[in-house]
Amino acid sequence: MVRGFGWAAAFPDEVWEHVFSFLAADADRNAVALVCRAWHRIERRSRRRVFVGNCYAVAPAAAVRRFPEVRAAAIKGKPHFADFNLVPTDWGGGAEAWVEAMAEGWPHLEELRLKRMVVSDDCLELIARSFKNFGVLSLVSCDGFSTAGLAAIAANCRSSPVHTSVGLEVAILVSVASEGVNELSLVYLLLSSADIPYLRNLRELDLHENEVEDNCLNWISHFPESFTSLVSLNIACLEGDVNTSVLECLISRCPNLKTLRLNHAMPLEKLVSLLQRAPQLVDVGTSKFSADHHPELFSKLESTFAGFKHLKSLSGIWEAGPTYLPAIYSVCESLTSLNLCYATIQSPELLKFVSRCKNLQRLWVMDLIEDNGLIAVAASCKLLQELRVFPSDPYGVAPPISLTEHGLVAISAGCLMLHSVLYFCRQMTNAALLTIANNRPNLTCFRLCIIEPHTPDYISQEPLDAGFSAIVESCKDLRRLSLSGLLTDRVFKSIGASANRLEMLSVAFAGDSDAGLHYILSGCKNLRKLEIRDCPFGDKALLDNASKLETMRSLWMSSCSVTLGACRQLALKMPRLNVEVIDERRGRPLESWPDDFPVEKLYIYRTVAGPRSDTPPCVWTV
Amino acid sequence: MDGGVGYVDMDALKATELRLGLPGSDPPEKPPPTTTTTARPTKRSLDEDRAARREPSEGGRATSTRATKAQVVGWPPIRSYRKNSFQAMKAAAEAAGLYVKVSMDGAPYLRKIDLEVYKGYKELREALEDMFKCFEGCKGSEYAITYEDKDGDLMLVGDVPWEMFTSSCKKLRIIRGAEAIRGLGSSQ
Repeated sequence: MVRGFGWAAAFPDEVWEHVFSFLAADADRNAVALVCRAWHRIERRSRRRVFVGNCYAVAPAAAVRRFPEVRAAAIKGKPHFADFNLVPTDWGGGAEAWVEAMAEGWPHLEELRLKRMVVSDDCLELIARSFKNFGVLSLVSCDGFSTAGLAAIAANCRSSPVHTSVGLEVAILVSVASEGVNELSLVYLLLSSADIPYLRNLRELDLHENEVEDNCLNWISHFPESFTSLVSLNIACLEGDVNTSVLECLISRCPNLKTLRLNHAMPLEKLVSLLQRAPQLVDVGTSKFSADHHPELFSKLESTFAGFKHLKSLSGIWEAGPTYLPAIYSVCESLTSLNLCYATIQSPELLKFVSRCKNLQRLWVMDLIEDNGLIAVAASCKLLQELRVFPSDPYGVAPPISLTEHGLVAISAGCLMLHSVLYFCRQMTNAALLTIANNRPNLTCFRLCIIEPHTPDYISQEPLDAGFSAIVESCKDLRRLSLSGLLTDRVFKSIGASANRLEMLSVAFAGDSDAGLHYILSGCKNLRKLEIRDCPFGDKALLDNASKLETMRSLWMSSCSVTLGACRQLALKMPRLNVEVIDERRGRPLESWPDDFPVEKLYIYRTVAGPRSDTPPCVWTV
Repeated sequence: MDGGVGYVDMDALKATELRLGLPGSDPPEKPPPTTTTTARPTKRSLDEDRAARREPSEGGRATSTRATKAQVVGWPPIRSYRKNSFQAMKAAAEAAGLYVKVSMDGAPYLRKIDLEVYKGYKELREALEDMFKCFEGCKGSEYAITYEDKDGDLMLVGDVPWEMFTSSCKKLRIIRGAEAIRGLGSSQ
């Protein structure tokens, strides 16, 4: 060790560990690890949270070896455009390799969050068996599993050391003083042909927008009677019916339950009786919110919701008609988060509801709210920070909803704390974008989707370059941007020059030439993720900016003008990039194709793990 | 930040671009590339684009737009999860229809109409007039359209917003003659 860093030894490791514990950001911890060997050692042993933005960027075993004491892991798999069916379903992102490595090396793992990964039932069973102190399982936009896998998770939950289950051979009471813990813990060990530590203290089961096969109708009933530690349950994405009475028992015996998000299938009457058992809920996702009008049901719903003294977040409300919405007006004042993006409520009712929500910070809603509704929101919801407006009829041609740029402009003027926007609409002007940019320089996330590609400013017929340029020039902290409408290379010039904090950029049907891509890659200092589709960007910009790609997490390009030759050159030049060419049509191997072969889909990401071994037939690592 | 060597400035490009076809005519609009083609997007100058958009030949453009919309994979960028759930809900809603009985004083039999077919009160009134023409006789104007709502009360049609009406209307009743006039009183 260099003598100059002898000061590191001046304090015992525990002191440095304690100091490092104040560093929340991974980037800071990474920096610390580079200072000297001692800090590197101390930091890696004390890192408790790991975030892997691309599951193929590092080998699971390497990650587990480097940070042996991790308690919380978050891993992401498929590229973002997989959400829109642009990535072949067999592309990859399987979770097994990670779960196996974690089961081996992180037996004390408490939290696991997977996004856009393929998780099999076997994976879930492995998770259920492997982690003694498991508390949080979150699966977002994943697929590959079924309710049978969920049953395995449920069955392994214990809250107190009481053994039940069938198939038990021998139960032994053991008192253990485990390392690092001062008090004795009483532990029942179940001995059978497979030794099974159990999921103690599962607090959170969060299933968000997954494709789950429904093959085990009563998976909820696999939670043992002794299981009482649930704090958060989100099953909104499940298609099938869930046994209401079993769920009622579960809810009744979990006094700490704060979040309950149910699925669509449950009828309103059952929902009401369920919710009555948990007035302490902070976050509720309802099921179907429509039924024939029954005064009794209405008043039951009303009193149930009036009983929620702590409700802050409301979602679900599928298929809501105007009939039952007034029953829950009582919670409006206290709501900070409202997700009505599946609620097919028309503007007048929506308006009435949302304008009562004076403390709203987050609003997700359908374009059925219309400009009038947004104007009302701008007047009432002064604390609004995040707005998402989704299209109710994205493929239809008529009748057009009266949601235009005016709604967004009103929000930008009235909601001073607005920093995050996702907005689907059919028309836009540069003037509107300019106004928004001037009103809200504090925007950090601006995603505008004008539904028809190549749509210009509908008044001037100009491209929307000026408008988006204004956004990036005014909003200095912009971290995420999605472009749409008619755009030339000019907008990319502005983005490259001004968007210094930009981390993620999504581009579609835009630009005129390679210059566009070059502007982005040669600017945008902090760019991490770039995803492009249907733009005339090609080889030159890519090759000229090859080294930039190693500073980013990933680049996706589909239906652009990249040739195989450029990919080969790029792969040669940059050994620490995986250059994946995706082509679902051809059967011949990559090697036989000529250099000028047009690449349909391209996914480039930095990695220290080398080319991956699980590529499907349609993917070639060049 | 200037575009650098090898990158053509947009404005210069416009001036030198060669085009096929008659000046001022639209280039044939290629559908946006699908996953099965690797068509390079048509290179059009800005002026052409503007010209194309100014022509509001709604019919032709609309149909081609509809057709091309259906072809573009993954656009608009909404989660397939949302697409599936919304389409399912829509299908369920569309299949249902909102059929209510319509009775008219003095008519020997009732009719049934689907409220979802009409966009508003005007259309509903017209449809009802049409339907019950044969019974009206000469006094066509002295009637009131009423409906029974979910609470069982008899309400005058037209007071509440259309959507609220369609969701709460259980059946329609056309009241004629003196009773109707008395009832209308101060309204209308």
